[in-house]
Amino acid sequence: MDAASLFSQFMSGLTTAMFLFLIASGLSLVFGVMRVLNFAHGSFYMLGAYIAWQIVQWLQPGPGRFWLAVLGAATGVAVLGAVVERLLFRLLYDREELYQLLFTYGLVLILGDAAKALWGTQQLSVSGPPVLGGGIELFGTIVPVYNLFIMLVGPAIAVAVWLMLTRTTAGRMLRAAALDREMLGALGANVGTLYTGMFALASFLAGLAGALVTPIQSIVPGMDVEIIVQAFIVVVIGGLGSFWGTFLGSVIYGQVLSFGILIFPGFSLFSVFALMAVILILRPWGLLGRPLR
Amino acid sequence: MTERAEIAVGIGPRAGWRVPWTLIVFLAVLSLPWIGSRYDVFLGTQIAISALFAMSLNLLLGTAGLVSFGHAAYFGLGSYACGILMKDAGVPFSLAFPAAGVIAATFALVFGFFCVRLTKIYFAMLTLAFAQIVWAICFKWNDVTGGDQGLPDVPFPDLAWLGALPGFQRFRIGELFFFVVLVLVAVSIAVLRRITDSPFGRVLTTIRENPERAAFIGVNVRAYELAAFTIAGGFAGLSGALFGIFNRGVFADFVFWSKSADVMIMTILGGMNHFWGPAVGALVLTLLNQQITAYTEYWPFVLGTILVVLLFVFPGGILGALDAALSRVWKRRHA
Repeated sequence: MDAASLFSQFMSGLTTAMFLFLIASGLSLVFGVMRVLNFAHGSFYMLGAYIAWQIVQWLQPGPGRFWLAVLGAATGVAVLGAVVERLLFRLLYDREELYQLLFTYGLVLILGDAAKALWGTQQLSVSGPPVLGGGIELFGTIVPVYNLFIMLVGPAIAVAVWLMLTRTTAGRMLRAAALDREMLGALGANVGTLYTGMFALASFLAGLAGALVTPIQSIVPGMDVEIIVQAFIVVVIGGLGSFWGTFLGSVIYGQVLSFGILIFPGFSLFSVFALMAVILILRPWGLLGRPLR
Repeated sequence: MTERAEIAVGIGPRAGWRVPWTLIVFLAVLSLPWIGSRYDVFLGTQIAISALFAMSLNLLLGTAGLVSFGHAAYFGLGSYACGILMKDAGVPFSLAFPAAGVIAATFALVFGFFCVRLTKIYFAMLTLAFAQIVWAICFKWNDVTGGDQGLPDVPFPDLAWLGALPGFQRFRIGELFFFVVLVLVAVSIAVLRRITDSPFGRVLTTIRENPERAAFIGVNVRAYELAAFTIAGGFAGLSGALFGIFNRGVFADFVFWSKSADVMIMTILGGMNHFWGPAVGALVLTLLNQQITAYTEYWPFVLGTILVVLLFVFPGGILGALDAALSRVWKRRHA
């Protein structure tokens, strides 16, 4: 095993990690504030991919087509997320978490079939923006430019969301809502709008990830349930509700998957699950999460 | 649950004579191969197995208030255990079936040990995580589980003795297996009923209602929850063992998280606050599935819609809604 192929594995792991971060960060945000594991988050990701494909079909070929599609997909999914939260999910906040979990699962079923009805079951793909085509030689291995772009987008989004959470009023309120929702409401904050906004933001991130993944992965039915399991593992490793934990969890997941292939060919999926099991047993609250009350 | 059912044995409580509904239903279902078509028997087998699976979950969900989102793990483990024992090791069904329950219960004991240390949503997630680990192993361990190809051609048990009985000679193996399934499911449900009604079951309900108070009066909450988790896992394993044979094969899908969600929908649909709720859910959902898939391929869409409507309109499920409607009529009549 030479250095070049190790580096190549590392880079591919990092690309996986950044995609996962985009998805898992939204899952973790919703969990951190609302204490709900949103199964439908994977469906939002899938819809992002399909909507991006649809917009590309509608638009004339041009330099901005892909970016418009990405933006449109993320925004569309964000609006859908906001509508779902406002009209339906809101009614379940006072109920047991079982009902909330099952509601998000109901959404998975409905959205999955809706996507099948609208876009069929065949594989779809979107070609990436020409600007980011080709590859760059780094340390004796060729890295696609698009992957490098994703490696920049991930941390950029991470920093942006982190700044939003720590530096803005809305972010502070969100963190306060995670600690004590009723107290925040009693202090005069509009918790309802806050939740809708947060759900929209999380959905936006899922839609963004779904749209951005289209140039390197084909769009297929079933990508929703597949991705939600991976995102789930990431947040469990990093610590549910912990923002940087999610980032760390994504990086670890990507690298374990990438190098796991070298060590146990065919069992790399298992190495990720094994890691999750060890963490669950030793630190059930995740690497950077806080112990539960 | 004020009314004690007369399961299997058919002997009612001493307080007056009651119609032995359980026995009547059991006998009616038992006569299905004589009065129904082969397809009816097929559906009946499926419903009976699903009912046991859902009722095992309800020991956690309804009785103990534990939201396990990984119950399919134990169903699948029982399936694989029974399938591998019967197909690869040539073990007879009479041994493989109980072994499947014991193996599933053992896994439930080990996983449950870690899960019951967490509460509420964290408990649900840890059970889900363990189930996904089981899934990953089943999906990848080609030598033992057949990996993504699964374990096809699980043999039926040898039921020549049953087919030789007078009156049974006209039945093929599918119908004979139905009798076996029905009796085993009835016995399992009777045991679950005993457990639910026992002092142990009452303590579980106490824990569901108020864990702090239960701990305060000296109940070892975790130990009780772990015991419930193990028992529920064992019965899920038994239902899985039956299903693997019925399905003529065991596949990694059995363990996937969406399977855990499906059995939960069954339980909620029937009504998790009633002992027979999950069985009603299994019946309704299986029949509905059979009706709807005849018209459209979008069964998940229908299921999702049913689920959402259920959660918003009838959170108590079918039996909960019936209960409410009956008591309303009762009140009006006695007002």
